[in-house]
Amino acid sequence: MTANAVLRAAGLRKEYGRGAALVRAVDGVDLDVAAGEAVAIVGASGCGKSTLLHLLGGLERASGGELSMAGERFDTMSETRLARLRRNAIGFVFQGFHLVDELTAAENVELPALLAGVSPRAARRRAADLLERVGLADRSRHLPSALSGGQRQRVAVARALVNRPLVVLADEPTGNLDSTATTDVLRLFDGLRRNGHTLVIVTHDSRIAATSDRLITMRDGAFVDETRLGGGARRLGSLAGLGG
Amino acid sequence: MGRLVLILRLATRDLRRRRVEALLLLVALAATTTTLTMGLAVRGVTDRPWERTRAATAGPDAVVTSTSVPASITASASALTGLARSPGVTAMSGPYTMRYYDDLRVRDLRVATTVQGRDAVPSAVDRPRVTDGAWVRDGAVVVERAFADALKVRPGDTVTIAGRRLSVGGIAVTTARAPYPNSAPGLIWASEADAARLAPAAENFRRVVYLRLADPGSAPAFAARGAAGGSTPGVQVVPWQEVRAGGTAELTLVRTALFTGAWALALLAVASVAVLVGGRMADQTRRVGLLKAVGATPRLVAVVLLAEHVMLALAAAAVGLGVGRLVAPSLTRPGDGLLGVGNPPSLTLATAVVVVLAAVGVAGVATVFPAVRGARTSTLRALAGTTRAPRHRSRLTALSARLPVPLLLGVRLAARRPRRTALAAVSLTITVAMVVAALAMWHDVGVNDARINGSVDFVQGAGNPVTERLEQVTVAMMLALLALAAVNAILIAWATAVDTLRPTALARALGASPRQVASGLSAAQLLPALAAGIAGIPAGSLVYRFAQMIAGGQGSSGYSPPLPWLLAVVAGTLAGVAVLTGVPVRAAARRPVAEVLRSD
Repeated sequence: MTANAVLRAAGLRKEYGRGAALVRAVDGVDLDVAAGEAVAIVGASGCGKSTLLHLLGGLERASGGELSMAGERFDTMSETRLARLRRNAIGFVFQGFHLVDELTAAENVELPALLAGVSPRAARRRAADLLERVGLADRSRHLPSALSGGQRQRVAVARALVNRPLVVLADEPTGNLDSTATTDVLRLFDGLRRNGHTLVIVTHDSRIAATSDRLITMRDGAFVDETRLGGGARRLGSLAGLGG
Repeated sequence: MGRLVLILRLATRDLRRRRVEALLLLVALAATTTTLTMGLAVRGVTDRPWERTRAATAGPDAVVTSTSVPASITASASALTGLARSPGVTAMSGPYTMRYYDDLRVRDLRVATTVQGRDAVPSAVDRPRVTDGAWVRDGAVVVERAFADALKVRPGDTVTIAGRRLSVGGIAVTTARAPYPNSAPGLIWASEADAARLAPAAENFRRVVYLRLADPGSAPAFAARGAAGGSTPGVQVVPWQEVRAGGTAELTLVRTALFTGAWALALLAVASVAVLVGGRMADQTRRVGLLKAVGATPRLVAVVLLAEHVMLALAAAAVGLGVGRLVAPSLTRPGDGLLGVGNPPSLTLATAVVVVLAAVGVAGVATVFPAVRGARTSTLRALAGTTRAPRHRSRLTALSARLPVPLLLGVRLAARRPRRTALAAVSLTITVAMVVAALAMWHDVGVNDARINGSVDFVQGAGNPVTERLEQVTVAMMLALLALAAVNAILIAWATAVDTLRPTALARALGASPRQVASGLSAAQLLPALAAGIAGIPAGSLVYRFAQMIAGGQGSSGYSPPLPWLLAVVAGTLAGVAVLTGVPVRAAARRPVAEVLRSD
């Protein structure tokens, strides 16, 4: 157990069905994520990675176990308090980007800030800063349909950061991208890690896993292996070359 | 042939698969066809009881009455005779005396009456048809049938006029005067001798002459010439057409209400079908893609959808014609003051054709655009299940950023599908307008009834058959309209909820609470409802003004109900929409976020 864990799961379970049809999607997972740590969770399709991420983000209710964020337990929170937690403490990056089609890049990025009650002017400023950081300042007025896959995912990353969350949860962030776009996103996540953002990334992609501080392998809903990595940035350099 | 079978098979299978939607559509269309059938049935018979009574009573073409100012009595009498000798007059009855008494007593009732002195022998013009008992004789009066019904008197009963007891010898109908209460006070015929005996107690006195014209159609012109003053001072000439308008007022009002309601229902039905088809197209994109992928042409896809709705329209037309045929007789029953037409209104081929065409037209108009648009969607895009991307509205997005979160979400969700939002607003505006028109009418009726209730000219506690029937029809119409509007509100909320599943799930993932999302979805429904509540008020006044114009009446309330009623309409609209849309909205707001985002 890490003393300064931002995100903590203990004995986390998620079950679907009953009796013979019972499926344990997440089966007794213990996880501590320290502030500024980047954790990559890898595993085969259907092993429960995405379900775990949804549980960690409060998007799904656990069947058992405990979850806490910055020391505050949230698995028993009401939907409203969970929403507040997601708004202020968690940033999501989805495989399918999940941008709002009818909003521009800047409007997509500022949306969580507006939901959190930030003034429109401040929200727009934050969006502009973040789009600049992800290299899309010149695309801020573009609709998602006018952006490439990699650009959309960078907008999604900017959106995840707009409320300055304690932790960013990314579900297969490179799953829908070609290799060039994947390299861009890899660099972006590496930059986030180096800037002290706390990241939990579920991925198939060994290159993105290699940029993390810790690599956890999942099988049949449980953690089966855990490896501490170091020098993600150095490895990224060589991986980026491969990605090109 | 094989193609037709394929279309029918695809259409029937889809209808069976979507039973609830099909049923809702059937209800929406059947409400329209039923109202239309009733309106057409009433139109066919409005004048029939009047014509039959007029023929049976040798009804006059013009009624000439002296004014009631005592000083002009002598002058009027000569004027009456002068008019009777005018060119074009072929027969005359009268002059008869008409005396007004404010003291007719029956049991514990006291009411005013007009007593007309008549000969025992039938006259050439206006021979009241005795439907019960016998014609006047000394000591026995005849009571106009609608008045007798209000007084609840029958032959053999006794009435007291100005302290003089008289027996009721008979009950009769006439077309020389609109039946009670369209004409008030009620009419009693008495022998000339009895009329003379009552005379000293009369409040005022008139003479009346009934004329037959060579050309009954020229009666209004004849009346205009007679009433022009100059040559005939102190007389009033009323053409038979005007008497008929008064005598058939309830049927005319009912017909107007039915036609106005049928139009409103038809428009609501178009909205219902359009929302359902639009929602289904969004929901069925993949099915359309599949059909096209296996070789169906865009035209076939559109024709299958059209066939489904035409089948429903035909079923709705059958329901409407059947129900309309059952209900119409109760609407077309003439008042007690006229003779019945014998057999109930029959369903003519023309009525059936109009109803079927209207039903198919409503379904066709609402189906054709979304069906063609859906059919034109590229096969690959349809197979991927992608629906049309909403348009970017930068100004609205910037403006909504300043609003509280529920309104921010509501405005943006409403703006995603502006046509659907407009459809919701139009559908509710029609309903609100009809409710406002009905309220204005009920207010007028109330004002009128209050006047009647305080007046000695009307039988207290007897009710007003004219307004009672109109109220029954308008209440039924309102219920049908509100039911259809409720179906529309639910369908629109459902379509919005389905369409916005992903953005609302995303909003929740980004930190919006279920309550904020539910409030946002509600706001998306309430914004058009608010617009409809406001726009529906002047529209309703216009509808009522128009209906009054058709019916030949005049509103006494400035064509608008009182302000508190109007405020209640706006509040009621918002509350109704909030309640009706609550279930689909809450269900959508509580759908597990991860499930929605994962399935996308």
